[in-house]
Amino acid sequence: MKKFLSFFGIGLFLGILFIKSEVASWFRIYEMFQFKSFHMYGIIGSAIVLGIIVVKYLKRNQSKDFNGNEIIINEKDKGFTRYIAGGIIFGLGWALAGACPGPMYVLLGSMLPSILVLILGALLGTFVYGALRTKLPH
Amino acid sequence: MDIIYSTWPWYVAGPLITLTMFLLLKMGKKFGMSSSLRTMCSIGGAGKLMDFFKFDWKKDAWNLYVVAGVIVGGFIALQFLSPTAPQINPDVVAQLQELGINSTNTEFLPTELFSIESLLTVKGFAIILIGGFLVGFGARYAGGCTSGHAISGLSNLQLPSLIAVIGFFIGGLIMVHLIFPLIF
Repeated sequence: MKKFLSFFGIGLFLGILFIKSEVASWFRIYEMFQFKSFHMYGIIGSAIVLGIIVVKYLKRNQSKDFNGNEIIINEKDKGFTRYIAGGIIFGLGWALAGACPGPMYVLLGSMLPSILVLILGALLGTFVYGALRTKLPH
Repeated sequence: MDIIYSTWPWYVAGPLITLTMFLLLKMGKKFGMSSSLRTMCSIGGAGKLMDFFKFDWKKDAWNLYVVAGVIVGGFIALQFLSPTAPQINPDVVAQLQELGINSTNTEFLPTELFSIESLLTVKGFAIILIGGFLVGFGARYAGGCTSGHAISGLSNLQLPSLIAVIGFFIGGLIMVHLIFPLIF
């Protein structure tokens, strides 16, 4: 129960953040891809710059997590094709739907049935990737 | 109360996203939203059909707890904490009007795309379903989404994540600049 509540709490915070910062708004994503506002770039950019500092600090101090285990951040597998091809496909969807996976869940709060269809589409996409995985270049 | 009701500026939102990533690392996990989609496919029984979904999803149940929180947080924020719609650059408002989207600056999402009326048309339904499909397919193919690659991966200076993020932008720019004029 404690485990559930701590992760649920992080999600709750993130959900409010996605709405209040407007990163879950289709309009903000469109505006970003038109290069007409600093807002989204400021959010992603400052998160990354601070993130680099945090990760460097955690690694340098061989920091432990709350359970006392060393924090291990897995390296991504080397490669090119899957990252560029998958990235482009993701980007097409991100711009069309105006939402990436986190914001999709957040938008359920709008009570619009279309968000259910959106998430259904994302589940379908995940499933079809699983089915085609061995046939795709990676 | 202004702080809660008005839009949170980038220099507040960005560091708070990093804080979320930090907390998840301290809890022995990682910040990535799209893996929950794979977990849900597994729970739905996709592991019986293919190995990609055959894993012990109970170990990943935590990402569903995060998702549950995100859904409730989104509901609270949208229903009670957001009296004003995102205010978009005037040039963009004009551009969207040319595409037939007039709900800018009055709605959180364009009603022209997300309303029930639109969902009940073949085109409107297809746009939403295909948009979701591309996000789900692309995220798994690339091994991560905005949180996993752009935030977590770039924070860890991962070259694959940089390639993926460049891909995100190539795809997004193609959609907005080349494909939108054809579909709207």
